[in-house]
Amino acid sequence: MTASRLATGGSAIDRSRPIRFSFDGATVHGFAGDTIASALLAGDVAVVGRSFKYHRPRGIWGAGVEEPNALVDIGGPRATPNTRATTEPARDGLVAKSVNATPNALADRNAFLDRFSRFIPAAFYYKTFMWPDWHMFEPRIRAMAGLGKVDTDWTSPGTSDQINHHCDVLVVGAGPAGLAAARLAAGTGLSVILVDDQQRPGGSLGHRAGEIDGKPAAVWVEETVAALTAGGHLILPSTTAFGIYDHNLVGLNQRHSDGRPDTLWRVRPRHIVLATGAIERPLPFANNDLPGILSADAALAYLRRHAVLVGRRVVVATNNDSAYEVAQALAEAGADITLVDIRPDGMPATPAKVRLIKGRALAAANGRLRVEGVTLDDGTRLDADCVLVSGGWTPTLHLFGQARGKLAWSEARAAFLPGDPVDGIAVAGAAAGAVSLSEVFASSAKAVASLGQTKAAMPASTGPEATGGITAAWPIPGSKGRIWIDYQNDVTVKDVELAARENFVSVEHLKRYTTLGMATDQGKTSNLPGLALMAGITGRTVPEVGTTTYRPPFTPVPLASFAGARAGELMAPVRRLPLENVHRASGAVFQEYGGWLRPAHHGGGADADGTIQDEARRARQSVALFDGSTLGKIEVIGPKAAEFVDFIYYNTMSTLKPDRCRYGFMLSENGVVFDDGVLVRLDEHRFIVSCSSSHVAAVHARLEEWRQDRFGRDAVYIHNATSEMATLTVSGPNARKLLQALDLGLSLDDADLPHMAIGHGTYAGDEVRIARVSFTGDRSYEISIRADRAEPLWAHLRQAGQAFDVAVIGLEALMILRAEKGFIVIGKDTDGTTLPHDLGVEGPRGKRQTEFVGRRSLFTEEASRGDRLQLVGLTVPQGEAPLPTGAHGIRRSDGKLNSQGFVTSSYQSPTLGRPVALGLIERGAARHGEAIEIQHLGKLRTATIAAPCAFDPAGERLHA
Amino acid sequence: MQLFPCPFCGPRDETEFHYGGDAGNARPDGTQVPIDRWANYLYLRTNPKGTTREIWVHMTCGEFFVMDRDTVTHKVLSSAALGGERAA
Ligand SMILES: [Zn+2]
Repeated sequence: MTASRLATGGSAIDRSRPIRFSFDGATVHGFAGDTIASALLAGDVAVVGRSFKYHRPRGIWGAGVEEPNALVDIGGPRATPNTRATTEPARDGLVAKSVNATPNALADRNAFLDRFSRFIPAAFYYKTFMWPDWHMFEPRIRAMAGLGKVDTDWTSPGTSDQINHHCDVLVVGAGPAGLAAARLAAGTGLSVILVDDQQRPGGSLGHRAGEIDGKPAAVWVEETVAALTAGGHLILPSTTAFGIYDHNLVGLNQRHSDGRPDTLWRVRPRHIVLATGAIERPLPFANNDLPGILSADAALAYLRRHAVLVGRRVVVATNNDSAYEVAQALAEAGADITLVDIRPDGMPATPAKVRLIKGRALAAANGRLRVEGVTLDDGTRLDADCVLVSGGWTPTLHLFGQARGKLAWSEARAAFLPGDPVDGIAVAGAAAGAVSLSEVFASSAKAVASLGQTKAAMPASTGPEATGGITAAWPIPGSKGRIWIDYQNDVTVKDVELAARENFVSVEHLKRYTTLGMATDQGKTSNLPGLALMAGITGRTVPEVGTTTYRPPFTPVPLASFAGARAGELMAPVRRLPLENVHRASGAVFQEYGGWLRPAHHGGGADADGTIQDEARRARQSVALFDGSTLGKIEVIGPKAAEFVDFIYYNTMSTLKPDRCRYGFMLSENGVVFDDGVLVRLDEHRFIVSCSSSHVAAVHARLEEWRQDRFGRDAVYIHNATSEMATLTVSGPNARKLLQALDLGLSLDDADLPHMAIGHGTYAGDEVRIARVSFTGDRSYEISIRADRAEPLWAHLRQAGQAFDVAVIGLEALMILRAEKGFIVIGKDTDGTTLPHDLGVEGPRGKRQTEFVGRRSLFTEEASRGDRLQLVGLTVPQGEAPLPTGAHGIRRSDGKLNSQGFVTSSYQSPTLGRPVALGLIERGAARHGEAIEIQHLGKLRTATIAAPCAFDPAGERLHA
Repeated sequence: MQLFPCPFCGPRDETEFHYGGDAGNARPDGTQVPIDRWANYLYLRTNPKGTTREIWVHMTCGEFFVMDRDTVTHKVLSSAALGGERAA
C-alpha cells in the first residue's frame, strides 16, 4: 500500500456515512463526500484506465474537470460514458468501469499496442490504410480505439429540465475571487447568480491555506455563502457554466445528487464575472504518463478534502512556488518528500522535513504499471511511489475565449491572460493571473467596478500569502524518451515534431494532425505545452503560434439536456382536430398529414386498403362525411382587401361577388405554385383565404409580409381564424338530401346556393357558414361552425345520414376521390419548378394587367420552354396494378433511358374499377392519348397519357 | 443565442424569429422589368461582412421589421417596423 486514507481529517468527507461501489468488478470503499477518484486513491488503485491509442496504463492525474486519464463509464439508470472520476461523486451501489480496457484497466489485452508505438505515430492510420479504401479498415481500427461505450439499450429515466433565468450579475466560479465578486456585486444592490462546478463553494480555499478578514478561509467561505443566500441570491453548486453564446447567453449544466437527469439553465445576465480559476500543467519528462504521477495541487486537494495521502515516498517536481505548500502539507502528514525545483535560486523557503534538490529537472519516470522512481537530468535516480508535478498554471479562459475575448501572453506568468475586455464580461482571480489572495480580491473589486458599480468594501487577506514565482519549463524539442503532451489522445513530443516536419505548423493544423487537445478533456492540461513546444521547434514565440479557437462546451453536457422535453411526441407536436376523440370513438385510424393528426380511414383492421376502397366507393354511391377542419381560414379585411388579394393570387379575385368563392393559386416570386385553395368573399372588404391544411402558417406569414410592407397596416388586416372553426364536409349525390334533414335556417335550393357560393345559416343557435366547394367532384357542402360546438352537428349529420347509408371517410379515401377528378395536392402533384401554366391554368398569365406575386417570373425563357413538365393523367389497363408513385416516364434515345417526368399520385379507383394516376410529364398537355413507358426499380410498364380528370369530366355530378 | 428587439414586443430570443431577406431589396413591378433586374431582386444578395440591414419577422406576434446588425460582432444596432422596404 502506498496511497492511503488517513485516520483523521478530510473537510469534504463524512466518515459516519460509509459507501461502497464497484470499479471494474472490484468493491471500492469510501465515504459520502468522496469522488470516485478520491475513493479509488484511498484504496490505492493506481491503474484506472487505458490510453486511447497505445493502451498505456493510466492513473488519476488531477482532482477536477481537467482530468485527462481517469474516465469511467457509469452503469445503471444514470448510465453515462466517459465520466471524469475526479468530479463524479461516489455513490453507494454505483457501478463504474474503466474505459478502453478489456477485460479491465490492469490487464488490458490490447496493451501490446504500446510496444509498436514507434510504428504508430500521428496520422499513422490515415497514411497506412489508404489503399484500397480506408473504410475497409475503419471498423476494426475504431473498435480498438475509442474510450467509453454508449449503452444503446439505455433509456432516460426522465425528462431533463430546462430553466430560463436572468440576473444582473452571473459569477462563474465560487473560489475566493468569485465569492468576493458576488458579495461585492450583491452589496451594491445587484441580483447575483453564483455557479460552481464543485459540490461545495470555496474553490482553492477548500485545500489551500488562507486567512481572510482575520478568519480561517473556510469560515469566510461559509459566512459569504450565508450572506448571499440571505440576500436572496442564487447559488448553484455542482453546476458548470459550459458555454457563453451570442449576446452573453450562458449555458449551465446542473448535476443532481438525487438521481434526476441534469438540468440545463439558459441564463441571460446583464454582466458576467468569470472567476474560473486556473489549471495546473504537467511537466515534460519521459514516461510522464505513468500511474502514480499526479498534479501537485490535486494531491493537496485529496489530502485536505478527502484525507487521502497519495504516497509514502514522494518526489515533488516543480518550476514554480505553488508546489511548496503541497510539499509542506504532505511532509506534515507523514510522507517522505523530495522537492525537485528546476530553479537554482529565487524560490521560497524550503519547508521543514523536506529535502530540496534545486536547479534540477526530472528526465524520466521509471516503472511499468506504476511509477517506481525518477531519474533526474544529471542521472541521479530516486526511488518514489508517487511523483507530484507542477508545471505552472494555465488560467481557465475557455469561456472568455468563447465570448471572443482575445488572450494576451504574459512571459512573467508563463501563461495567456485575458486581453482586451469583452462587453459585459470581467475576469477575476487566478483566471486573470492573480496568485495571492490580495491580488485575487483586488481583481474581484476591479471586475465588479468595471461593470459600472461603485466600489464596495472588499475582503482582505490577513495571513501569509502564496507567491507566483515561476520559470517556464516547456517541452524541449529533441528530448529523449517518450514525453507525453496530451495524455488522453496519446500525443507525444515526437508527434508534435513530426507535425512540424510535415509543415503542420499552424496551431489549428497541429491540433488536427496530431489530435492534440481534441479528446474529451479538450486539452485543458495539454494545449499550452503543445503549442509552446511547436513554438520551440519553429523558432517562434508562444503568442506567435497562438491558441486554437475555444468552443463550447467547456465540459461534456448530456445531449438529453439540450433535448429537454422535446423528445418523442413533443419533438414535433402534431396539431389536433377538435373532434379527434369523437373520431377515435368511431374507430378512426389516425395518421399525420402535414403536421395534422387526421383520420386516415375508419376501422378495417389488417385490411386497411379494403376499408379505404370501400369508403371511396360508398362516397360516390350516396353521401360521405369528412372532417375538413384543418383547411386554412385566414380572414383578409380592410379598404384595400380586394386589391390585396389580387396581388397575392395568380387569379383575379377582386371581381368576385359577395358570398361567392373562387379557386386559385398563390405563387412564389419565382413563379412556382406555392399554394392553392378557395377564396371566399364575404362582403366588399372581407375575404377568407382557404389555404392548404399544411400551409396555413406559411401563407399567413406571407400575407402579413406583403400587408405590412406593400399595402400598409391601415389598409388591410389579417386574422388567422383556422383553429376557431371546425369544418364538416358533406359530399355525394345525396349530400343536399342529408342536409335538408337538419334545419340550418337557409335555402339549399341551387338557385339560392349554387356551386361556388356561400350560404349563412344557424345550427342550435350558432352561426354556420356553408360553402359549396368540392374537392371530390361530387355535390359538396362545407359547413363551418365554432370549433367548440361542432360535436352535436357532427353527431346529427351522422345520425341523419343513416337513412342514406352515409360513409364517414378518412383522408386516404378523399385522396382517391380527388385523384379521380385530377385535383392536385400542392407539393405532391407539383414540385419546386411547377408554374401555373404547367397545371393548365394559362388564363391569368396571358390576360392579367395588374401586378401579382411571381408575375415577372412567368415570362422568362425558362417559363416559356416548350418541353416543360405538365400535369397529366396516366391510365393503365383494367386489371393492372396502380403505377408506383415516383416512377419515371421514360424516353429512349441512343439505347439510353432518359426521364421525361414522373408519377405524382396513383391509386386504385373503386368507382372506375381501374387505377388512376397523375403525373408531371414533358409536353404532357399536348400528348393525351400517347403511350409512354414508365420505369420503376428497373421494371418497365406502359401507360397512356390522358387528361388529368378521369371521372365525370363534364362536372355534372357537382349539380346532380 | 442572440436577442433581437421586436419593435412590437421588445427583446426576444432569436429562436422566435425568422429571417425575411435583405432590407432595401426593391421589388420592380410589371412584365417589362429587364430580366437581369428581376433576377437580382430574386437571387442576388450582397452578404456583407459588417453592418447589414435585414428584414426579420417575429413569429410569435407576426411583426415584420427592419433590423440593422453587424454580421461580424453580432451586435444589433437598431430595429424598426417594416413599411415600403420593397417599394421600387
Ligand atoms: Zn413581436
